[in-house]
Amino acid sequence: MADEIIHQPAARLAALLAAGKLSSLKLVQACFARTRAVDDRVQAFNSCDEAAALAAAQASDARRAAGQARGPLDGIPVGLKDVIAVEGQPLTCSSRMLANFVSPYDATVTQKLKAAGAIPLGRLNMDEFAMGSSTENSAFRPTANPWDLTRVPGGSSGGSAAAVAAGELPLTLGSDTGGSIRQPAALCGIVGLKPTYGLVSRYGLAAYASSLDQIGPLARTVEDAALLLGVIAGHDPRDSTSFQAEVPDYRAGLAARKGPWRLGVPKEFFGAGLDPEVSAAVKRALEFYRQQGCEIREVSLPLAAEYAIATYYLIATAEASSNLARYDGIRYGHRSAAAKDAIDIYTRSRAEGFGPEVKRRIILGTHVLSSGYYDAYYLRAQKVRTLIRNEFAAVLRDCDALLSPTSPVPAFKLGEKSADPLAMYLTDIYTISVNLAGLPGISIPCGFTGGGLPIGLQLIGRPFDEAGLLAIAHAYEQAHEWQHKHPAL
Amino acid sequence: MNYEAVIGLEVHVQLATASKMFTRVAAGYGEPANTLTDPVVLALPGALPVLNKAALDQIIKAGLILGCSIAPVCKWDRKNYFYPDSPKNYQLSQYDQPICLGGAVEIELPGPARNVLGEHKKIPLTRIHLEEDVGKLTHGAQDTLVDYNRAGTPLMEIVSEPALASAEEAYAFLTSLRLALVHGGISDCDMEKGQMRCDANISIRPVGTTRLGTKVELKNLNSISFVRDGIAHEIRRQLAVAAAGGTITQETRDYDGQTGTSQSLRSKEMAHDYRYFPDPDLMPVRVDEAWLAALRATIPEHHFDRQRRFMADYQLPYTITSVLVPDRDLADYFEAAARLGAAPQAAANWIANDLRRELAAAKLPLAASKLHPAHIAGLVSLVESGVISSSIAKEVFVTMFQSGEPPAAIVDRLGLRQSTDTGELEKWVSAAIAADPKAVAEFKAGNEKALNPIKGAVMKASAGKANPQRVDELARKLIG
Repeated sequence: MADEIIHQPAARLAALLAAGKLSSLKLVQACFARTRAVDDRVQAFNSCDEAAALAAAQASDARRAAGQARGPLDGIPVGLKDVIAVEGQPLTCSSRMLANFVSPYDATVTQKLKAAGAIPLGRLNMDEFAMGSSTENSAFRPTANPWDLTRVPGGSSGGSAAAVAAGELPLTLGSDTGGSIRQPAALCGIVGLKPTYGLVSRYGLAAYASSLDQIGPLARTVEDAALLLGVIAGHDPRDSTSFQAEVPDYRAGLAARKGPWRLGVPKEFFGAGLDPEVSAAVKRALEFYRQQGCEIREVSLPLAAEYAIATYYLIATAEASSNLARYDGIRYGHRSAAAKDAIDIYTRSRAEGFGPEVKRRIILGTHVLSSGYYDAYYLRAQKVRTLIRNEFAAVLRDCDALLSPTSPVPAFKLGEKSADPLAMYLTDIYTISVNLAGLPGISIPCGFTGGGLPIGLQLIGRPFDEAGLLAIAHAYEQAHEWQHKHPAL
Repeated sequence: MNYEAVIGLEVHVQLATASKMFTRVAAGYGEPANTLTDPVVLALPGALPVLNKAALDQIIKAGLILGCSIAPVCKWDRKNYFYPDSPKNYQLSQYDQPICLGGAVEIELPGPARNVLGEHKKIPLTRIHLEEDVGKLTHGAQDTLVDYNRAGTPLMEIVSEPALASAEEAYAFLTSLRLALVHGGISDCDMEKGQMRCDANISIRPVGTTRLGTKVELKNLNSISFVRDGIAHEIRRQLAVAAAGGTITQETRDYDGQTGTSQSLRSKEMAHDYRYFPDPDLMPVRVDEAWLAALRATIPEHHFDRQRRFMADYQLPYTITSVLVPDRDLADYFEAAARLGAAPQAAANWIANDLRRELAAAKLPLAASKLHPAHIAGLVSLVESGVISSSIAKEVFVTMFQSGEPPAAIVDRLGLRQSTDTGELEKWVSAAIAADPKAVAEFKAGNEKALNPIKGAVMKASAGKANPQRVDELARKLIG
């Protein structure tokens, strides 16, 4: 039974649960068994409260037996990136700073999962405070790519992506500030969706860069991503940046929203630095859409291509330098045993509690906001951000979606880029501008390299048109078999 | 050389709201430490602020009361600095776009005598902005305790132009500002509870020059009197430095109201870079004309406008208005009595003197009084129409203050109606004349005052019920 379960899409598991052919308890136990079998190698999990998950599974089975199942995700385990608060569970952000912190409250997405009957299961590894593209910045241990354990899973939601790819969990949540859902989804051969900024509440997501962060689903299929998005999306009065949008039935929209579509291909996203095998796979996907009758038009995003990374690293680090100021060792979190006074508590606790990449970004962001530099860096970056958003808006007036690679390269070796931050930053070159523009973006599998590494296709949609974006992605997925391949572990 | 002082004030006032500025937790004072907290107040990972509209209502009202122009868009900035009383290590505040700009505080300077209206001036304001209050640190011998109950309470900062010329003007500024805010329901402005706090920027310059001198910031001025005393002390200190040929250094000084001394806290070189930037967690708020109109409708009459109206429309003396107007409830009470037809001056006297005296003796707030404006109106009318005398009215007042019984009922029950029965009056007057031939003789000799003991005897015999006017007439007639 377990082998039949571990790689099944959540929608299939939901059907089995609904038909009485599977219990939530069995499903959760199968996830535990798979995790025990592979996670010493994959290292996707930071921690897991098995007792809480089992109790939730039994409660779900009891509801279903009483005819009170709450919807398609009732009884389905959902893993959470260790940056999303779950009451009574650790919230480490993969940082020494919060290694012993337990959240006293639920994030809004956690509450929504629980209300839908889904089972929060496991705290998943990540780059510390979501800063990174390989999960190597975790203060605890790196996560490995299930397709090749010597390679990175991408990041920062590396644990969330690897757990789904490795069959440990059918669904997970990640967070995406510059590509942190889509890039690991691409590198791990699964589906990852970054929703429009404001569609999903950030309440209970430990902030990295508030104006860019979004929580989103990682899943085995587009349909699964649609199901999970439907549960977590919607206005939240506790998040002032949350949008008052209607939440449609995303799954129903997969079939209802039909092509042919007009797809834009940003020419700058196929330039230098793009791996030829990735390029070839994405162009084959493009051909598929053309054959389906879609209108493919070349578009240009010169500002996004040229300035997105620089703009991002000014805005994101500025916000981060302020957001992470709360980790001071005073009220919670790591406090240096050697500290002698208040200033000492700050400097020693933060010196000991934060890793090098987090420190680098705090220092950069502090500089960016400094008196005398604010106008030249932060203010100018905000203006460029507006230009980038306008550039996307103009292109999307005539296109239903844009199509590009998710990552310029497939999964790279552990340690390969960790000494070169700039090389690491460039792996987000196609995803980062989507966050700056606040748009929805999805990565879906579109093939493998000759060496057997997954390749991701990115589709970028119009604001709050996740339904359309998912339908376009679904059409490709239905005509291909990539989601049926699994890593040999 | 002659110098003049230039003073600017920065006043922090906590806004009266049920909950904190960016979360639902109650705002309060005197609760057990760290009980008024939640993930937002404590800045737990993932917590986000949501604006309490009541806080914005309150500061806009304050701005309207003080004649500020209200910005069409209200935006929020982060002021970044590390301090253990600040849970996020940034404070949500307003940097380059304060919600209120301009405006003024009208002040009254002491008059030539206590009962004479003093000079009025308008002290211009630079701005008023909204920010969140911080927690409270208590330093012990070994450690420091922190209480976040106060953290996140809405706090407005009112910044005046450097337009005050003396400690007395600063005192008058705060007194008037406090009244305006208390009357508007913006804050209780209790300085002991830290609801109102004041810093003063003080400099001196040669008389006749316009360039501002080096300013010294005076902190911890925790009562209005300490503000006055601290400023006076600082002006004397600066004048002494100047007289000795020294230069004033820019610094922050701590004034100790108990000892009347100040000491340097820090010099300008240690000034912070707060790295302000717009808060990405909060959206700007548009303040439209309908919103302003709704708030404008809730604003009470300004205390100085009311005082001027009391003097003009009711012909009340300045001294009585200075008792009634600062207490909004008392002034409302007076106007209610006047609306019921009471003669304004008489009603004002009863309220400003007798009612306040009885309330103080009984240690009662006005709201708990059994005596209502209708009682005052009734009493005044009984006196005016000659039903009872003024002296009887005093007795009736005390009785009705204690029981709440209507004055007419008391008069009837105790038989206090003034006697107008001519036969009875004649009997009393005749008896008094017969009993005091000496006074009669003196009166006949031209001494008007000699009539007083006779009238007094009549009042005594009648237990105060005789109408003094009628007694006077009768006595003259019977003697004459």
